[in-house]
Amino acid sequence: MSAVRCVELCKTYRQGDEDIKALDHLSILVEKGDFVCLMSPSGGGKTTLLNAIGGLDIPDSGEVWIADRRIDQLSKGELADLRLANIGFVFQAYNLIPVLSAQENIEFVMQVQGVPAAERREKSLAILEEVGLEGLADRRPAEMSGGQQQRVAVARAIVSRPQLVLADEPTANLDSHTSGELMDLFTQLNEHHSTTFIIATHDQSVMRYAKRIVRMRDGRIVEDIDQHAA
Amino acid sequence: MRMLPILTRLAWRYLWRNHRRTLIMTGAIAIGAWAMIFMTALSRGMVDQMIHDGISILPGHVQLHNPEYIDDPSILNRVALDDGQLAERFDDAGFIAWASRVKVPAIVTSERESRGVTLLGIDPAAEENLSFVNYGEVEGRFLDGPDDSGIVLGAKLANTLETEVGKRVVLMSQDPDNDIADRGFRVVGLFRASMPAYEDGFVFVGKHTAQKMLRIGAATTEVVFLGDDYRNVEPVFEKVVAAVDDSVLVRRWYEVDTYLGTMLRVMDGFVLIWVVVIFLALSFGLVNTLVMAVFERVREIGLMMALGMKPGAILGQIIIESMLLLAVGLAIGDLLAWLSIQPIKDGLDISAVAKGMEMMGASSVLYPKLYLQDVVLANVVVMTLGFFASLSPAWRASRYEPVEAITKV
Repeated sequence: MSAVRCVELCKTYRQGDEDIKALDHLSILVEKGDFVCLMSPSGGGKTTLLNAIGGLDIPDSGEVWIADRRIDQLSKGELADLRLANIGFVFQAYNLIPVLSAQENIEFVMQVQGVPAAERREKSLAILEEVGLEGLADRRPAEMSGGQQQRVAVARAIVSRPQLVLADEPTANLDSHTSGELMDLFTQLNEHHSTTFIIATHDQSVMRYAKRIVRMRDGRIVEDIDQHAA
Repeated sequence: MRMLPILTRLAWRYLWRNHRRTLIMTGAIAIGAWAMIFMTALSRGMVDQMIHDGISILPGHVQLHNPEYIDDPSILNRVALDDGQLAERFDDAGFIAWASRVKVPAIVTSERESRGVTLLGIDPAAEENLSFVNYGEVEGRFLDGPDDSGIVLGAKLANTLETEVGKRVVLMSQDPDNDIADRGFRVVGLFRASMPAYEDGFVFVGKHTAQKMLRIGAATTEVVFLGDDYRNVEPVFEKVVAAVDDSVLVRRWYEVDTYLGTMLRVMDGFVLIWVVVIFLALSFGLVNTLVMAVFERVREIGLMMALGMKPGAILGQIIIESMLLLAVGLAIGDLLAWLSIQPIKDGLDISAVAKGMEMMGASSVLYPKLYLQDVVLANVVVMTLGFFASLSPAWRASRYEPVEAITKV
């Protein structure tokens, strides 16, 4: 069963007088439980593809399917519901809500989902420990390092066990040790819970965790390697 | 509703993220609320005093007359019911007070001067709650009953007539046959009133003495009734109407004194206009604060949307933020208004401008009146208008595209 299916996606941005093709008739199928690493030079289209899959950006043409549901024609509210229920996001920067503590940031999605307070608290403290941030529950983002903030963002993305995690450069602000721990956590979730991961990254070290590596250039897939098969 | 706790928490935290701006805006709202309520209390106090004084000049809350008396307030137009019939109808009706009186134009003459006055033939015991004269403060004494043969003048009138307690004056009017009815009275007391004009215009004699002088038997020209609240005279009015027939005319105080009635309605409108005008001044600051607060966190709004928060929740968050800001400002403003009214609640001497106030029928001591309904009105109007003022920035925030908002620099 496919977790994500994109068919002939096109997205063009206007930059000054020039049209930039961020996605150029791109099609991709991601199976449930897959661990995909999107790699491309800057401007290659990987963030645009992640945004289209996450319903954050609407493609100019083509279709986006999450599980069996076509999402590129949904309303803003329906897309918000879809993201809330199915997708965990990790962005490269500005990931946290600055007025909430680490624990409150992690609980944010669960609170919007309507998870009871006791369950939220239990899950958030457990995930904080899992990402190595026990004792920092009450810290606000401004009181944490970039790496700590990114781990809180990851914790928030995975705490409610979404079917799909979309991560844009999740290791960009982490040292190699923390980066390794984070990828181990992703791998564990992928293997134990069949969570599908699509990670856009420049980080070569991330590649070895991926089951599949998709290389992009100018909005097209130029290489698609199944590492298990390889 | 399940979103309310998280939206309120976010709104409250964002409010204090830029605490200096929030403090300034809170201060402005507090001062605005204080001004609304404090000025309203002063105005209410002034109007209340005018109405109280106006009612205590004698109208009571409801009056009963011969219908012709309105155009010709003379002894010819007496009430069709005599004292006995009136007592039978109204003694046990449950009014705070009621009294029948003889009230006709007359001339009072001393050995030096004459003045046109309004003659009031009263039963002092029945009138005690209806009169603007404090019996205990009368120089000399007040009338001791309806058969008292003395006369009580205003101090100012006595001065004009160049008379004093113990001297005699002559009171002259007309009887029902249009003959002169006159009688000599010894001045037994001089009263003072909050407004000097009252001291000049009224003289008090015993009701029975006046009836004898005017040769009208047990008849009177006016009956007044007092209820609990001058703002709600309907219960009194209905009781009186139910007890009489068409031969008499029953009127509420604001029909008797249309100036006072209009004053009360104007005051109610003035309070609302005053509150709205102050809010309009505040609304510029409020909208500016919200626009800035939204502008500062476009990325965070995009992040919340990306995480699954719906546009409606973003809208709600900004509106809640506005409501919290207003609620804090209003609470402080309400408290400030209450605190600033406490020291002057027993009266604020405005004698420096009292001459002008007297022309409007007000006294030289102002008693601020802080009514709960005015405080509620000010708060509800500000919160309601604040809600509408915050819709525009909140709507803009909710319309952001997540991907554009999250990459906003």
